[in-house]
Amino acid sequence: MLELSGKLKQLSGLSTTSPPSLLRVVTTPALPKVLARDAAYLCQSAEIPVGFRIYMALESNREFLESVPSGERRAVLPDSASFLREGDIMRVSPSSGSYRVVFRSHSNHVSILLTERCNHYCLMCSQPPREVNDDWIMNEVENLLPMIPIHTREIGFTGGEPTLYGDRFIRLLECTKTYLPRTAVHVLSNGRIFSDLTFSEAYAAVKHPDLMIGIPLYSDDPVRHNYVVQADGAFDETIQGIINLKRLKQRVELRVVLHLQTIDRLTNLAEFITRNLLFVDQVALMGLEITGFTRGNLDKLWIDPYDYRDTLGRAVDILSAYKIPTAVYNHQLCVVPEGVRRFCTRSISDWKNEYLPVCSSCALRGRCGGFFSSGVRYRHSDHVQPITTA
Amino acid sequence: MSRFKEIEKFQAPPQGGYQLLPFRFTALEPEVYVATNLAGEYHLLRSDALCALVHHELSPRSADFIDLRAKHFVTDSRSNVSTDLLALKVRTRYRTLAEFTALHIFVVTLRCEHSCPYCQVSRQTQDRAAFDMTRETADKALNFVFRSPSTNIKIEFQGGEPLLNFEIIQYIVTAAEQRNLSKRRNLRFVIATNLAEATEDILRFCADHSIDISTSLDGPQDLHNQNRPRPGRNSHQKAVEGISLARRVVGRDRVSALMTTTAKSLDRVKDIIDEYVRLEFPGIFLRPLSPYGFAVKTNAIAAYSVVRWLEFYKEGLEYILHLNRLNIPFREFYASVILRKMLTSEPSGFVDLVSPAGIGIKAIVYNYDGVVYASDESRMLAEMGDMTFRLGQLATDTYEQVMLCDNLLGPIEASMTTSVPMCDECAFEPYCGADPVYHHAVYGDVVGRKPESAFCARNMGIFRYLITKMRDEPTTKQLFMRWANS
Repeated sequence: MLELSGKLKQLSGLSTTSPPSLLRVVTTPALPKVLARDAAYLCQSAEIPVGFRIYMALESNREFLESVPSGERRAVLPDSASFLREGDIMRVSPSSGSYRVVFRSHSNHVSILLTERCNHYCLMCSQPPREVNDDWIMNEVENLLPMIPIHTREIGFTGGEPTLYGDRFIRLLECTKTYLPRTAVHVLSNGRIFSDLTFSEAYAAVKHPDLMIGIPLYSDDPVRHNYVVQADGAFDETIQGIINLKRLKQRVELRVVLHLQTIDRLTNLAEFITRNLLFVDQVALMGLEITGFTRGNLDKLWIDPYDYRDTLGRAVDILSAYKIPTAVYNHQLCVVPEGVRRFCTRSISDWKNEYLPVCSSCALRGRCGGFFSSGVRYRHSDHVQPITTA
Repeated sequence: MSRFKEIEKFQAPPQGGYQLLPFRFTALEPEVYVATNLAGEYHLLRSDALCALVHHELSPRSADFIDLRAKHFVTDSRSNVSTDLLALKVRTRYRTLAEFTALHIFVVTLRCEHSCPYCQVSRQTQDRAAFDMTRETADKALNFVFRSPSTNIKIEFQGGEPLLNFEIIQYIVTAAEQRNLSKRRNLRFVIATNLAEATEDILRFCADHSIDISTSLDGPQDLHNQNRPRPGRNSHQKAVEGISLARRVVGRDRVSALMTTTAKSLDRVKDIIDEYVRLEFPGIFLRPLSPYGFAVKTNAIAAYSVVRWLEFYKEGLEYILHLNRLNIPFREFYASVILRKMLTSEPSGFVDLVSPAGIGIKAIVYNYDGVVYASDESRMLAEMGDMTFRLGQLATDTYEQVMLCDNLLGPIEASMTTSVPMCDECAFEPYCGADPVYHHAVYGDVVGRKPESAFCARNMGIFRYLITKMRDEPTTKQLFMRWANS
């Protein structure tokens, strides 16, 4: 697992009262001055170019910083930041002396958190909501967007519940379309706000060329869905939202997290989707991430994926019989039925994607999505075993 | 204390109760009922649960209740979205009604070189001039075709043997394509032919104009030739050679076949299916005889009962399921039609099992002599002297006169299953259809008395059988889901 954030040591030259700033990471010494003055130079040797906004070095390379002319801003990064590459973008917060890598240029998984606020309180939330004013995050994302390379293939907006920003969220999508006109955008939302047709129309009016919204639906039983998301009335608003979005020809992915509270009615849910929501663009059946609330609720949630493999197989069969594009996320190939393997996607973001030692001899390791780092650490199937024949 | 609420906190308060949404129920077997909602979703429940349900005494915690709420048979204060979803599904099911007539059948000649005893048409062997469609009639029929607002238009050539008047087929196809340059419909053609007269030139024309081929194949050689006599007693050989040639010239997936069940077929269902498998067809339509034309005259209809036909049908379906278990993908098309209604919210494209009835408004027939009929069966009745479903004459009547005539609107309105006695309360109503022509032909009125109706008995038998199979065999249900969506 990559540590995307951490503390800066020996930070000097920056006032602790100055606001956080976004900096592009550079390893090319000969950068023109006009570009260098807004960038962070990651020292690779004692040869120090001039004119950068700030100079940084990993803990194990800290001696390079001694060559930095006095008076220049500088900071030491922990060695856990060794993944940093040219073109990455980091937030530096002088007041707390911390940093966070918000964009990694070599990653296929650009996920941008917009808020920690949410009107759900899901039993298995991986990003537990906080009731705080975090508009600063949105300010920062608005500044980040123009810095992201125009050729970026895909970005994702997540939360919390991104749509809680209301019109400001719509404006963000407009900016995404103008700054990143060829970048696919995936939004994770509980979809409830789209029960308001006016909001749905504003969303559709963005006319984004490549936009998909992923909306969770946990059961065909309204009571069970509301229980899982811990919110009365959520089911109705989410369903109405999905219908409004599809009425406006927007692309919708349904997301189902599989655990003890959802697995019993999974095939009912699959049939419900085929009867009521056949027009969705994709259904993703997702394994549990053992982080956030899930860890505290593990007794209520955990079921070994191996033990529900037949149910998963039936649900995939149903959805694919109705020609609904179906994907299985966060599952290892060795714990799903053979017929489900071709639906499995390497879905786990690279920075938190790991394998077990036993996986090294597996013939399918290269095709397998592996584990969340949290899964490796806290809980995974007892039936993980190398597949010997491809 | 946990920050999380238990599921009970999300249940409706017990005093609130629940409301019933419209549904119907019919006994499936002793103590077990099948209930269906407006959108055709079904749920099986025991009679005591059904009683509790309708008396508002079913526990909201029970598995039946949770299923019934999720399938929109009941609603309570926990969710109000069910009526919206139900409306969406019902609208979807009926959406093709607004499309109006999509299938236009041109009877281009009554002549035929076959002399099948079950033929629905009174075939004519000679006198080319008297029984062939003229260009003048064809032009007028095309006027009607393009008056239909349907985005999908299919022109089907029938006979007699339509290839005996191929010249007019070429004329109609070319003229229709010409008109379609400005009309811009999704225009398709199909020829219903025994293929005995098919030549490479004819099929080349079909390939060039995307014309599908629908032929007749009653089973293995001996059975087929018994059912379908022609000079030389080589109908089967001609059909098989024609199928092979048509596949090569027109396209492998452009050739389909239909069979008719005669008394001689009843003990041969496996042989019949094997013949279709041997000839690499993807499925078969196990069709009963129609009570029209020569079939009535020769008393072929009375030769077997509905009960016997259902045995034949079930034996055939079991064999097809067996083939699928052997990884030989093969379907039965009538079951597929019904399963689509049972397992999806999509409209059925099938003309003969739908309500309002498909006569005129889904399919219409232009006879060689310019007479317009409500369906293929309607012209058979007319040949027998019964003009009930004669809608008009192309030479003299306008499109409005034909489509709004009492001979069409009366039977459609009178036979709608949502209002017909016994159909209106039948759980299988969403799967069934109105067949006013059949009921008129056999029982003398377009509604008929359902307990006596062979149409009702046959379809009810299939509905019960399919639902029971899906309950008892999960792998069969899985297969049926694929059939429903194929």
